[in-house]
Amino acid sequence: MGTIIAIAVAVLVVLWVVTRYNKLIQLRNQTTNGWKQIDVQLKRRHDLIPNLVNTVKGQMEFERETLESVVKARNSALNPTGVADAAMKENMLTGALSKLFALVENYPQLRSNENVKQLQEELTSTENKIGFARQFYNDIATKYNIATQVFPGNIIANMFGFKGAELFEITVQSEREVPKVDLSFKKQ
Amino acid sequence: MSFYNRKRNLYEQQVHNKRMTMLVMAGFILFLGLLGFGFDIIMLEFFPLGTLFALALGAGTALWSYNSGAASVIRSTNAYPADPNNPAHRQLINIVDEMTIASGIPRPKIFIVPDKAPNAFATGKNPEDGYVAVTEGLLQILNREELQAVIAHEIAHIRNYDIRLMTIVAALVGAILLLAMMARRAMWFGGGRRSGRGSQGGGGGPVMIIVLVVWIIGIILAPIIANMMAMMVSRKREYLADATATELTRNPNGLISALHKISGSFIKPTAIHRDTAHLCISDPFHLKREQSTGFFSDLFSTHPPVKKRVEALRNMSYQ
Repeated sequence: MGTIIAIAVAVLVVLWVVTRYNKLIQLRNQTTNGWKQIDVQLKRRHDLIPNLVNTVKGQMEFERETLESVVKARNSALNPTGVADAAMKENMLTGALSKLFALVENYPQLRSNENVKQLQEELTSTENKIGFARQFYNDIATKYNIATQVFPGNIIANMFGFKGAELFEITVQSEREVPKVDLSFKKQ
Repeated sequence: MSFYNRKRNLYEQQVHNKRMTMLVMAGFILFLGLLGFGFDIIMLEFFPLGTLFALALGAGTALWSYNSGAASVIRSTNAYPADPNNPAHRQLINIVDEMTIASGIPRPKIFIVPDKAPNAFATGKNPEDGYVAVTEGLLQILNREELQAVIAHEIAHIRNYDIRLMTIVAALVGAILLLAMMARRAMWFGGGRRSGRGSQGGGGGPVMIIVLVVWIIGIILAPIIANMMAMMVSRKREYLADATATELTRNPNGLISALHKISGSFIKPTAIHRDTAHLCISDPFHLKREQSTGFFSDLFSTHPPVKKRVEALRNMSYQ
């Protein structure tokens, strides 16, 4: 009788470990996939920016500084070292881009140019997609992190080396930067 | 319905709506069964032929529209696919992409309905086979933020499987109407035969009379009751889709101003027909009724009054 109970308990434990393990694998893959979705959109943004800069360059001779800062931010965003670094660099790029778009409003010829309008729409949409992909990634990564941290699931997570994922956060530094850009622009 | 005025957060509302929908679906099946069962007792007295027939009719129509409903809805509105080279359509496609990323479902097929009245609807049998259609009028009057909110609402209908539910409910209503009509016919012919037999066998007593009365009332009221139940399901799904749309965009204000604009337009729809109305974001035929909030107008609307939807959206405070 004792052996039967022992076997039953062992089987239950093994079953539980297997389900937890599979759940963690599933969440980890979803998280990775969520991150790739952000990546796809970021790459698209990086590809669109040279187009935009070339289209507006001729009309915006006087805004060389802004244009250069966009290009610089874009180039540095091409090579992030990790999730947090990517978030920071992308936020800088977002700041530079929104300043450029604000300045475009000062140039009636650019504002009414079909090409510029289309590029603006594409970039706006890409920004939104990055935002929504990030939202989706953070939601799924949070789920994954919770699964690796709660007891007793954390035992399985530690045993098989599930580390949890970094969230795509807005760093304090860059959060400060964006309003500064807006304020300086309104004063002009 | 007054209980929607209570503050309810997004997740509670989703759970509540799903439960209510299950209840109403059960009600439909019971109702279909009762119509058939009454027929068995009164007309045939020996074999559950009527019950079986009623349930089979319901299942058959539901299955048929599940398989070919979406395509026929799209066809009935003369909708054409969105063109990526047209700037306005391009924006729509972009917005749909944004919302599919936010919701994690595959991109639905995007159609434009040649209609000046602003409206939008979603259909299909599941998220892998979804359709989103917007009218030309909608693209004209909404800005990007509002259009995004409307698309989020439609994507929500797809993700929550409302498109499947509404298709099946519409089919069940059709089945009940058909059954009620057949039952009335049967009373004409079968009624006379039964009275002849009744004089021989001595009738079924007071219980039979009660059953008979209930059944006759049921048949007479069936179209009204079925429609009311369908409208109830539809209204629940609208609240739920509004809630999910806000979860996707995290911006209730876009949907609020879009709803105001759409319900504020009094252009009569030309391409959207009455049988598509329950799919639309805002009921295209009862614009006046949607502005009022009375109990009676509630019962016979496919959509909750805009005022109540906006109220619910305002209560969904985020962060």
